[in-house]
Amino acid sequence: MAKVVVVTSGKGGVGKTTTTAALGAALAQTGDKVVVVDFDVGLRNLDLVMGAERRVVFDLINVAKGEANLSQALIRDRRVDSLYLLAASQTRDKDALTEEGVGAVIADLRERFDWVICDSPAGIERGATLAMRFADLAVVVANPEVSSVRDSDRIIGLLDSKTIKAERGERMEKFLLLTRYDAARAARGDMLSVDDVLDILSIPLLGIVPESKDVLRASNIGAPVSIGNLTSPAAIAYIDAARRLCGVPVPLIRPVESKSLFGRIFTRRAA
Amino acid sequence: MAISDSQAIRFRGRSYFALTLTPEAPLGAWLTRLDACLARSPGFFGPSPVILDLQGLELAKADALNLVGALAQRGLRILGLDGAKAEWPGDDLPPHIASGREARGAESQMRAAPNRAEPMRKPASQLIIEEPVRSGQCVTHALGDVIVIGSVGSGAEIVAAGSIHVYGALRGRAMAGAYGDESARIFCRKLEAELIAINGLYQTADEIETRMRLQPAQIRLVGGAMRITSFE
Repeated sequence: MAKVVVVTSGKGGVGKTTTTAALGAALAQTGDKVVVVDFDVGLRNLDLVMGAERRVVFDLINVAKGEANLSQALIRDRRVDSLYLLAASQTRDKDALTEEGVGAVIADLRERFDWVICDSPAGIERGATLAMRFADLAVVVANPEVSSVRDSDRIIGLLDSKTIKAERGERMEKFLLLTRYDAARAARGDMLSVDDVLDILSIPLLGIVPESKDVLRASNIGAPVSIGNLTSPAAIAYIDAARRLCGVPVPLIRPVESKSLFGRIFTRRAA
Repeated sequence: MAISDSQAIRFRGRSYFALTLTPEAPLGAWLTRLDACLARSPGFFGPSPVILDLQGLELAKADALNLVGALAQRGLRILGLDGAKAEWPGDDLPPHIASGREARGAESQMRAAPNRAEPMRKPASQLIIEEPVRSGQCVTHALGDVIVIGSVGSGAEIVAAGSIHVYGALRGRAMAGAYGDESARIFCRKLEAELIAINGLYQTADEIETRMRLQPAQIRLVGGAMRITSFE
């Protein structure tokens, strides 16, 4: 039975696309059949992070509008056999997405894959709401800072009200993936601590991805961080997170940090 | 084609809660105070319609028109006028509304209906929310207390006719006694609110005493002033 996962955050630049690519690649390496779907119509990036930008012919909009079929639009990864990409259109805008069109594509993908991972655009408008609309579970990506956390809180509210699952009265599973985490800065009070973020968002923690140069390098060379050099702490964090998504109880070791200084930051922000 | 009797138009009485503004003479000074209030918490009224209570003010129609215009400039949408003079002609002013009931015009049209009862008062009820209230969500309960089992996120809003109980951190806005009740209170396990209000009297995060921040707190009105106490 396929699982449809939305990777979402509200705020931009927190690592949704990196996370989609890394989780997708990590899941595919377990042998599961995985497709990563870019919902950021007009500002697509997932093709670049996956290193497939020169192979895009048809995209999500083409398929949703019936201008191409899925087999034509799916791009198979050259490194991991069971990993596929469905790109977004760069020349259209998000109004080109319709609920019926997206619903039909997701239903079709459910038949063919074990995991459908939807890379949500930032914001809470059409692209983001359609990316989450048909999901079974959500990975909420947040950075340890107040604006990101508040936007994630907003997104969790939408996940609990605007998705098909929520409208049916079922419970939407939500997991927090904390990215760009720097234990030293958290200890100095420049960043929120893991506990602060968990206290505010109160959803289970899927993983903590440390701030790492490997992530930036991986994006630039077009390879998900979880493919290749698996000694990088960020790669390990994503691989562990993917295993937890599969239900494997991998212990989560928190980066060392000292006492929370959330109060100081909050007071400053409240002005 | 003739319309059959079975397709008659439905209309019925229904009571709504609305915020009421009571301007005081002199109006210029009152508007200045209103501006100061709006500057401190922009969007306090939000998109909610407002009733203007003109009782006790001796206004000519031109003054009333100016006042409504001045409020519109400040983004306040006037739903109706309470205490407007019946002899003011024309329909360039919002409809007249008699305190807490239907406008007179509506009443006379509906007189044919037998025994029009006063709006029914439902017994006070409580609203229990068993999940965190997330940023951007707004919970409004016009009949009684709101109880949240979980936290109220930054950017979330709770509006209650009665008291507000938050069994978690209160990080957003809480407005208790919002339809007029000075005995309403706000309770929370951890006070980090952006705004707290009881019976229309409010404090923003900046005005809340620093020593009460992050504490379990009870907020109530004592002699018309907001008092925040810890209950640990």
